[in-house]
Amino acid sequence: MKGFDVTVKDVSRAYGAFKALDNVSIEIKKGEFFSLLGPSGCGKTTLLRIIAGFDSPDVGSVLLDGRNIIPLPPDKRQVNTVFQNYALFPHLSVYENVAFPLRLKHIPETKLDTKVRDYLHLVQLDAHLDKKPSMLSGGQKQRVAIARALINEPNVLLLDEPLSALDAKLRQNLLVELDHLHDQIGITFIYVTHDQSEALSVSDRIAVMNQGVVLQVGSPYEIYESPATDFVARFIGETNLFPAVVTKCEAYDKYFMTTLEIPELQAEIKVTDYDELKQGQQVSFTVRPEKLKITGHKPSRVGKDINLFSGVVEEPIYSGFQTKYYVRLDNGTVVKVQMQHTNYMDEGPDIEWKDQVYVSWSAEDGYIVEVIDK
Amino acid sequence: MTTSTKPPQREEQHKAVKLFPSRLVTAPKGVQGPYKTPRNHVFRDHRKFGFSNIMLVLVVLFLFTPLFVVVGYSFNATKGMRWAGLSLVWYEKLLFGSAELWRAFGNSLLIAISSSMVATFLGSMAAVGIKWYKFKARTYIQITSFLPMVLPEVIIGISMLIFFTAVKIPLGMFSIFVAHTTFNLPFVFLLVSARLEEFDFSIIEAARDLGATERQTLLKVIIPSIMPGVTSGFLMAVTMSLEDFVITFFVSGPGSTTLPLYVYSMIRYGVSPVINALSFVLILGIMLMALSFRRFLKTIAASS
Repeated sequence: MKGFDVTVKDVSRAYGAFKALDNVSIEIKKGEFFSLLGPSGCGKTTLLRIIAGFDSPDVGSVLLDGRNIIPLPPDKRQVNTVFQNYALFPHLSVYENVAFPLRLKHIPETKLDTKVRDYLHLVQLDAHLDKKPSMLSGGQKQRVAIARALINEPNVLLLDEPLSALDAKLRQNLLVELDHLHDQIGITFIYVTHDQSEALSVSDRIAVMNQGVVLQVGSPYEIYESPATDFVARFIGETNLFPAVVTKCEAYDKYFMTTLEIPELQAEIKVTDYDELKQGQQVSFTVRPEKLKITGHKPSRVGKDINLFSGVVEEPIYSGFQTKYYVRLDNGTVVKVQMQHTNYMDEGPDIEWKDQVYVSWSAEDGYIVEVIDK
Repeated sequence: MTTSTKPPQREEQHKAVKLFPSRLVTAPKGVQGPYKTPRNHVFRDHRKFGFSNIMLVLVVLFLFTPLFVVVGYSFNATKGMRWAGLSLVWYEKLLFGSAELWRAFGNSLLIAISSSMVATFLGSMAAVGIKWYKFKARTYIQITSFLPMVLPEVIIGISMLIFFTAVKIPLGMFSIFVAHTTFNLPFVFLLVSARLEEFDFSIIEAARDLGATERQTLLKVIIPSIMPGVTSGFLMAVTMSLEDFVITFFVSGPGSTTLPLYVYSMIRYGVSPVINALSFVLILGIMLMALSFRRFLKTIAASS
């Protein structure tokens, strides 16, 4: 693995009364594709700007390969940035934009030329060397920005929402290309985004941030399946989330079978979990829509570990590969259920608007989010 | 398109529709395969003597006839308006017998270039300062800087004259230089401000990020990217300064006659055909400059 590891240690940054970063600590490993994910204003861009050197923290330090880089100006850090709005030099051609960092270092012309052409080839822009940035499309501009940031051979590449100005299809393509680039070059990527699907699809690890605080750091899978807080559960993907109270917790196989009372559902439900919880503890219960099963008839097998509710389809949303149902349960609460259409459908989905249905899920498919302090 | 079998009313209707052509033009009978809308479908007024063509010719005539008359008479053999045959006598007089005129031309050039340079420098700095820094008198300065542009020239001229006499600056080349710098400032300021309006601040960060020091960022990124605004401001200032008569008239002194002043003084003793000859020389010179600058101006426009 090339690249440097980046350690953010107890960093805080306030703008007046607004705390952009509140005692943030993150350890990013060598060669990792690391994402900072959160809604706008959560402090992710501020953190990136502190790593790049455009902003400095009120307290705390940033270590690059074990060395504190806070006192260094941006031009002395082995870190390069891809900006959200590309930030290409309007007076220079594509070639000269990419050559800019090398010209500053007075690299000899022949060496410079091969290197610039190599990097422009890497981002598939060989045909546009002499064009001015104003003549390029958004996707092409972003490729120039990426080539320009990489040509200095930085040890860490920072990407500040690089795809947010592009349309959906192009974003998908560039995302895959970025992933390939990362595999090819092998340096550390720190990727800032507010788009959870982008972060989930390319990252090795993700830090979810909100209001200047890191809520959870983990692999995309950990973050999706085992959210640390209510906010993470709601922000990443879609979910059904209810406040709940623990009524019983007993050993079950290698796990614990917990019974939760959910006021909103006016029912008790069962969840298996690794942790033993105390009776009366306040928690949140979450279950993802794709883990719920929707059937027109009552499921035949109703065991100890199955939670079952009946209701009426209030709104089916068909989107080709799946249908999302909003089901109003008999107790009045609306839950989201996703059904994948894995088989060929001749006459449309079996379950339609206003149908009487059963919603069920296994105790293993729910997840208890511990409410730490609120 | 229309066939004789159609009743006349239908034909009228058809014409009315053609005035507002839609992209959904159905193919006429007998046309097979994909049918393209006929060219010039939208711009129908292509008749030779249509309203727009007549207006075009009139306007061009109005603008250029005086010039052609001047150029024509510059080759006249006599002084009057009567045509007396081709001759280059006035050109001879212009080139070899008008030392005074050339000195005035030299004065004009000297003042135009020096005042434009100073105005460009100050105006650009002012634009940068007002755009990038926040301070108390900001809007006040912004508004007053446009005053010289909207005030009648006579008033500026008189007020300058009063000012120079009050502070005992002798009228001459220096006072003209100061006056020209003053009225050129707002134009440069305006043009550079417009350029800065589109300036993307993140390119400064990008330059620092890519390894440029603050100095290198200024020299290699900031200045080149606002250069088109600065250049057009300078060219504008040169033009304004070269042609100014009113303000110069008030603040000039002995020995500091500029070209417009000199031409005016010549006219007072009857129009000399030397002026006609001079006009043609200037027209030629400016045309040559415009043609050779065209490429340069185009690249400036492309980079903006």
